Amino acid sequence: MSRARAVFAVLLPGIGSAVAVTVYVILLLAVESQAAIAALLVAGVIVVLAAARFGGMARIGRSFAERENAMNLVIVLAVLAVTGFFYEDHFVLLLMATVIIYVIACLGLNLQFGYAGTLNFAGAAFFGVGCYTAAVLTKHTAMPHLLILVAGGVMAAVIGSLLILPVLRTRSHYSAVVTIAFALLFKIFLEVNDTLGGPQGLPVDGMNVLGWEFNDNIEIGEDFEVAFYVNYIVVGLIVLALAFTFVRRLERSWVGLNLDALRLDETAAACFGLNITRWKITAFTLGNFLTGVAGALYAMMLGFIAPTNFTFGDSLILVSIILLGGIGNPWGLVVATTILIILPEKLQVIQEYRFLLFGAMVILILLFRPEGLLPRPLRTYLPGWQPK
Amino acid sequence: MDVGLFGQYVMNGLMLGMMYALVAVGFTLFFGVLDIINFSHGDVLTVGAFTGLATYLGLSKIGITWAPAQVVIVLLVATTCMAALGAVIARYLVLPLKAAPALNTLLLTLMLGTVLHEAIRLFYPLGANPQRFPPLLPTTAYSFGNFTLRVDSVMLLLAGLAVIVGIHLVINKTKLGLAIRAVAQDEETAKTMGINFTLIVLVTFAIGSGLAAFAGILHGLYYSEINFAMGLLLGVIGFSSAIVGGLGNIYGAIIGGFLFAALQTIGVLAMPFASAYKDVFAFGVIILIMAWRPTGLISEKISERV
Repeated sequence: MSRARAVFAVLLPGIGSAVAVTVYVILLLAVESQAAIAALLVAGVIVVLAAARFGGMARIGRSFAERENAMNLVIVLAVLAVTGFFYEDHFVLLLMATVIIYVIACLGLNLQFGYAGTLNFAGAAFFGVGCYTAAVLTKHTAMPHLLILVAGGVMAAVIGSLLILPVLRTRSHYSAVVTIAFALLFKIFLEVNDTLGGPQGLPVDGMNVLGWEFNDNIEIGEDFEVAFYVNYIVVGLIVLALAFTFVRRLERSWVGLNLDALRLDETAAACFGLNITRWKITAFTLGNFLTGVAGALYAMMLGFIAPTNFTFGDSLILVSIILLGGIGNPWGLVVATTILIILPEKLQVIQEYRFLLFGAMVILILLFRPEGLLPRPLRTYLPGWQPK
Repeated sequence: MDVGLFGQYVMNGLMLGMMYALVAVGFTLFFGVLDIINFSHGDVLTVGAFTGLATYLGLSKIGITWAPAQVVIVLLVATTCMAALGAVIARYLVLPLKAAPALNTLLLTLMLGTVLHEAIRLFYPLGANPQRFPPLLPTTAYSFGNFTLRVDSVMLLLAGLAVIVGIHLVINKTKLGLAIRAVAQDEETAKTMGINFTLIVLVTFAIGSGLAAFAGILHGLYYSEINFAMGLLLGVIGFSSAIVGGLGNIYGAIIGGFLFAALQTIGVLAMPFASAYKDVFAFGVIILIMAWRPTGLISEKISERV
């Protein structure tokens, strides 16, 4: 009995905050007037700052650290609750699905950046590889659509392997320029290549699994209709859950430990017998795979893709998400993606200025809080273990 | 191919090489004194070109229409403003991160570049569209068969050459240059010898950014058009040139710049059917060179301290 109570005491701050955040997000998404949105945002910032000031954040963090599985379930339920609330609002659901897909892509980037320390400024390009793979495969083959998701990831990993040699042989700024060059090359290539649609882009078929058309609204009974984006949210959530579990397990495992050692000091890691090349390739390929999967799903949801979706600026946005969330912390990613995707869509004033504002924001973060919003916690070798 | 057309290609290549070399020298100077890469350099070039354009428009407004005066004032204003901008960037954005991991500086300067070119796109009147750059130099042309020699191109090339020689003299013959070289070689020893480290860094950034502004004006005068996104391409290619020449080596950077221009020109010449792919080709070459010689053809002259 007392054990159950103890567990509950640990979980309470986590569940409480999840409920609060869910209500807040619903409010934010439902409100239309710009003034109300701004007011809500200010209120949100104040509440979070106050919580951080009075130790609330630490308690919530403990819930997540000690009862991770339970909290994961709570988060999934929260997303489903928001989805249920907006079941017929296409715009809001599209926004949510976009957030989910971007989180998957950023998880991939997080493997490279956050764990192995391999730079990749071509995130949007690998995302684009996934998108174009989906476009070509849905058009010209009858491959099952769930397999196309995997194919998108494989294709991104394969194209990424072209970059492996230069990335392996170079360090920091040198490897940065390799990926930057690739990001620019990819977009220019798409624009001049006529077989892939040129600047006009390509149409993509919607997802279809076992005869279930994802791009049709779901009709239940006579006059109850659910927007078709719910399909993508559900699939996205499943893929996200798989990817998230995978990344977290990887981080906890000895593979993650090796990657951490590699990032912190390559020379020292090599001296202790770690195979640097092998782990760098692993992280780079796995990361590109996840980004590609996200891209394939995104393409099928949007139904249309064009080179302008995959500019160098978009790659920089992905990097900003990683940095804002706290390098190497998957939870931070979720928060940062939500903020960076939803904010410019809801607050129309800043839509046009978003690259400028995100750039300025990252500069400020780097100058004043380089560890991000939610810094990555210390590695816990045993569940429930606390650093003394 | 006939000689005239070939000459035309050589002329274009030389001009391109001059711009790349000027940008590459900036990268290499920054790397020398601080061991950092300033990815906003290309966008500083863009801002410089736009400052020049704005100055020209301002001069026309107040009635100064004598072209030589316009050129001189445009150049002076643009280089001075960008030198100041470079010093400000170094003082308030780059130096505070000196102790942080190299990745942070890299990200910061990348984002700064984004902020700079987005600011032009959003706040310069009609900044999202390409802007026409006025022909301020005499446009008399002499034709030799297929080859047209334009006076302004020759003047631009000579001016670029003069600037490069000037940089050479400053670095090698002046006390300031000695201080810059000393800081590049060993920061701590330089400090103990009484060199004002911060001041030297700021001056180096000012010189590099001034060069970028000059290259920006060159770009505007030669192509008669500037746009807000041109810095990214020039920046990446300039940086690659600096790498090819060995970061920290000024002459290497200049050679690297001309080498890249030559490669690009040859690429267009060799594959006329694929001229749309010329930038794809350029970036592909960058990736290949990095894979082949990760620290450049003339490699960096530092051994790594563990």
